[in-house]
Amino acid sequence: MNDPYVARSTRLGTCTLGGEAIIITPSDSHLYNLNQVATCIWEAADGQSRISEIVEKRICAEFEIDRETALADALEFLTDFSAKGLLLTSEHPVDPAKVAQPFLEDTNG
Amino acid sequence: MVKQFAWWVNLAGPKMQCVTLEVGKVAIALHSADIEYCAEVRGRYGDFVREHENPSAKIDVECLPESDFTDDPDEDLVVDHQRSHWTLRRGDFQAEWNSATGLGSVRQVRSPYATDSLLRVLHSLILARKGGFLLHASSFIIGGNAYVFPGISGSGKTTLSRLAPQDAVLLTDEVSYIRKVGSRYFAYGTPFAGELALNGENACAPVRAVYLIFHGPSNIVTPLAAANAISGIMRNVLFFAADETLVQSVFQTVCDFVLNVPVRRLDFVPDASVWEVVR
Repeated sequence: MNDPYVARSTRLGTCTLGGEAIIITPSDSHLYNLNQVATCIWEAADGQSRISEIVEKRICAEFEIDRETALADALEFLTDFSAKGLLLTSEHPVDPAKVAQPFLEDTNG
Repeated sequence: MVKQFAWWVNLAGPKMQCVTLEVGKVAIALHSADIEYCAEVRGRYGDFVREHENPSAKIDVECLPESDFTDDPDEDLVVDHQRSHWTLRRGDFQAEWNSATGLGSVRQVRSPYATDSLLRVLHSLILARKGGFLLHASSFIIGGNAYVFPGISGSGKTTLSRLAPQDAVLLTDEVSYIRKVGSRYFAYGTPFAGELALNGENACAPVRAVYLIFHGPSNIVTPLAAANAISGIMRNVLFFAADETLVQSVFQTVCDFVLNVPVRRLDFVPDASVWEVVR
């Protein structure tokens, strides 16, 4: 899959505070703090968007970065988080019920 | 008549005593026929022994000789469950508890450490459902507000307690009890002591601020970004069960806590001047 749909796994807890997402994997209580770019991808990973759309509509729109570089970085992040089981990839849109919903988001970011 | 009474007592078994311990307004009743154990518990927990009509947990305690526990008393605590049936096991005790009914039992050596460990686990499980958590932290009430100081062993929790000003009320030098009441988070006193070997006061106050503590060359307070605050607090949360739902619940509570309470880093030198930057 070169350009998959991306979804947050439901087997985790996540919230966004101060513009940065924090993720916990309850099975081992491991914590992940994401920077702003990774948070942008994470929040957009609703199972309804392909990674290329997220890069074009969110990353390139909000950060000063060219499409090729952003897409390469996004795919690297996707590979890493898919291997960890935090992000799911699919050739088809993902049922929203199977996507983790952030339980707390502030507006200070 | 006397014979009849004696006969009835024998059928009913030994007379059970009840000691109810209330920490953070959550009561756990310990029932035991072991009079010495009950007396030890009353002495050990002092002001935390309270009358309570509806304890969250009722535990039958059976004290057994140490020789009945062949395992290493320092072995790691194992907490497991199937639905609402929990099992808690360490070298010096074995317990079962049903979180749906609140009823449980423990077989343990007659040791305050075994009871302390059992209580900590039960409180952590009960609190997780009530929007609270246990924190490896010292805490104090000053001027009607609570200040909480999480830190790993050796970071200075007991040192801060020894240096506390006279008007500070010690809630604990080791395990803080945090829960939300209404829209505010409160810190409660606990009998779970560290090196100070003193029970905290059975009192509570709204949490004014949290300081993650570290030894440093001078007293410096640094505000923390939310993500750093959450990870700093999560590292010090005491939670013993590998239950994904409850871990998520605790995480959610910690995130909400950080949104409502300022969390700072405190580097400090071990003298009384540290309290000047806290207050």
